Amino acid sequence: MRRAGLLALTVAGLVGGRSVEARAPAAPRLAAGPVAAAAATVPANAAPTIDEETVRRVAAQLRCVVCQNLSVLDSPSEMAAQMRAIIRERLAAGEAPEQVVQYFVDKYGEWILLAPREHGFNLLVWAAPVVSVLVGLAVVAVLLRRWTRPRARPATPVDPALRERIRRELDSLP
Amino acid sequence: MWRWLIPLSVVPVLGLLAYGFRVNPHDIPSPLVGRPAAPFVLRTFDGTDVSLASLRGRVVVLNFWASWCYPACYEEAPALERSWRAYRDREVSVVGVAIQDQPDAARKFIADFSLSFPNAPDPDGKVSVEYGVYGVPETFFIDRAGRIRLKQTGAVSDDLFRGEVETLLGEPA
Repeated sequence: MRRAGLLALTVAGLVGGRSVEARAPAAPRLAAGPVAAAAATVPANAAPTIDEETVRRVAAQLRCVVCQNLSVLDSPSEMAAQMRAIIRERLAAGEAPEQVVQYFVDKYGEWILLAPREHGFNLLVWAAPVVSVLVGLAVVAVLLRRWTRPRARPATPVDPALRERIRRELDSLP
Repeated sequence: MWRWLIPLSVVPVLGLLAYGFRVNPHDIPSPLVGRPAAPFVLRTFDGTDVSLASLRGRVVVLNFWASWCYPACYEEAPALERSWRAYRDREVSVVGVAIQDQPDAARKFIADFSLSFPNAPDPDGKVSVEYGVYGVPETFFIDRAGRIRLKQTGAVSDDLFRGEVETLLGEPA
């Protein structure tokens, strides 16, 4: 039941997010008045300009929460557009890019990061491919050496009687 | 020794797979559970303001929904309305937040289910992000001290609502 609900949730989220976007490509603001989420930790010292490249860099690190494997930067969904606006707003308020990323991690957990951070259990994700390639190369090297090494044939014992006969026949040759 | 190395190397891989297959990838734990709920001020579809601060001391059930979220939101809306009517006089508040929705569609949803608890849009998505919402429906049960105690992903049932709210009401304010 719960699983079915979650599936429905995911499907609804995907379909819905896109259909809203499709119906309203210009992303019109909803009609209600100003709505203030209490943005608790935005510093007061606002930076004068916003570097769009920084916005894109931060957005590229974050997962679009209603998409499959798309970053906030790449997603055309309304939710991603809202997240980009939040990134821009927080950067404009003077937060460092790392602080903005951390803000989303605080809210969503590290799941929001497209690339897991390099610590603890996550190290496995980063190390496993390198280790796998190294182990694979080592195995191939060992096998290649084994297969290409010339095999020394074991000396077959010769029957003394046969040896004697051969010697005799050789001697009897004119 | 070498003969066993390759078969043995499969063991950690199998262990990892055994762990991975037992984890539900859709079940994303929220880091917010146990932490103070983010304050918000929302203007409802009726034009009145509702804020978390004004509800301090009450158990708050904060429900994120959308009119396009079918069937889960359509399943839980009657349950939320029933539960709200049952508990509204017992220091319990229900607040609905329509996310990524069109105002007309959201209003129709409210009218269709005769929702009488306050419902508001989240036009810039800030409240959704403050609560780490990644889909609908998602529901947060906030205790009387303003702390998030449970995040329900998927439809809320009468039983789940009653169970959680009774627990929170049983705690000292």
